[in-house]
Amino acid sequence: MAVEGKTIDALSQFELSPVGGVFGWAVSFSQSNLFMVIAVVLTFWLMKATADRGAMVPGRLQALGESAYEFVAGMVRDQVGDEGKKYFPFVFSIFMFVLFGNLLGMLPYAFTYTSHIMVTLTLAVVVWVAVTVIALKRHGMHFFSYFFPEGAPVWLAPIIIPVEVISYLSRMVSLSVRLFANMVAGHVMLKVFATFVVLLGGLGAIGPFVAAMPLAVNVALVGFEFLVAFLQAYVFAILTSIYLHDAVHLH
Amino acid sequence: MRRVTLLAALAAILPAAAMAASTSSVPVEGMPQLAFGHPEQGRLLVGQVVWQLIIFAALIYLMSRVVLPRVGAVIENRQARIAADLEAAQAAKTEADAAMAAHRAATEEARAAARAQVAAALQAAQAETDAKADALTARLNAQIAEAEARIEAARAAAMGALRGVAADTAEALVSKLVGRADRAAIEAAVGRELAARGRA
Repeated sequence: MAVEGKTIDALSQFELSPVGGVFGWAVSFSQSNLFMVIAVVLTFWLMKATADRGAMVPGRLQALGESAYEFVAGMVRDQVGDEGKKYFPFVFSIFMFVLFGNLLGMLPYAFTYTSHIMVTLTLAVVVWVAVTVIALKRHGMHFFSYFFPEGAPVWLAPIIIPVEVISYLSRMVSLSVRLFANMVAGHVMLKVFATFVVLLGGLGAIGPFVAAMPLAVNVALVGFEFLVAFLQAYVFAILTSIYLHDAVHLH
Repeated sequence: MRRVTLLAALAAILPAAAMAASTSSVPVEGMPQLAFGHPEQGRLLVGQVVWQLIIFAALIYLMSRVVLPRVGAVIENRQARIAADLEAAQAAKTEADAAMAAHRAATEEARAAARAQVAAALQAAQAETDAKADALTARLNAQIAEAEARIEAARAAAMGALRGVAADTAEALVSKLVGRADRAAIEAAVGRELAARGRA
């Protein structure tokens, strides 16, 4: 699969395929969606186990769930303030969805749904729409003053307003492309170096020794990918919080 | 046990999903993420987003309505408990401090009372000693005075006897020398002589 006719095929890992044969095909349910379901089940199971235990002195599993809760809650509190409390479940869902998407992708045979631009773009659009709706609800028409900072000279309006509007719209793009590009780059690198291991390993007697080098690179890359998995989930969640702050406070 | 079952289910699903990944009949050109024109990939890409929206909505519902409030309650309970415990500890500490201060005051009071008692006892003893010493001094003074009086009397007696002896001696001498003696004249002369020497 990885090596077809001595060419490096790093992209077929991103191909979608229906799960459950004709039924999956009939409803277009791909393995990407299966991993989303697994991520939701794992998140729900972790948080439910945390709540079920509810011990005064938490055990390991409960401490894990609570630290996830408090990490995101602290992020929302720091960025948005006390008004952000009701948006916390939304940010938490975003964080866990991205985090589990990234981490599940690190398992062998697993599919990384965050490596699909359509998935990250959908998430980004959900965030963007949610933020815009919240801002419109809170501030009504006053929301549009966001695009023209108070105190700026009026004659600059023709420049400032388009720039602000474009930057507001480009949030969707930057949010989605950042995650997508990080995950694709990491998984392509892993696949390319893994292919090197196979190709160089076939070079007769010296093969195993030469193949050790890309293998070492892959070991380092796996560690790096775990870092990226956490970091990108954090970045996605904190940017969501910052956008929520803008929506709640307008600047 | 449930955990093991879950892990086993995951381990069974993952390779099956991976095997299914290579069943595309038409080769995919370029990035599969952007293969909207591909007969299978294009359809699955759209389906993926629809399913994602459904799954993500389910996640938000589960988080906001089912589990997160419960987890939040657990954490809040703990914080309330810690705050209450801290408050109780603070109250206990205040109480202990008050008890300590009371104890210290009582000790100080007892010490002061003891000091006063010691001082009173010392003073009483001093007074008694002084009184005894005074009495002794008075008695001694009286004895001294009595002794002095006795000495004076003895001296006076001695001095009286001296005059008699002197007169007798002088009479005897005069009678030996002149054959007779006028007692009265001799006594007068002796008295004069003694007075002249300051012994009268």
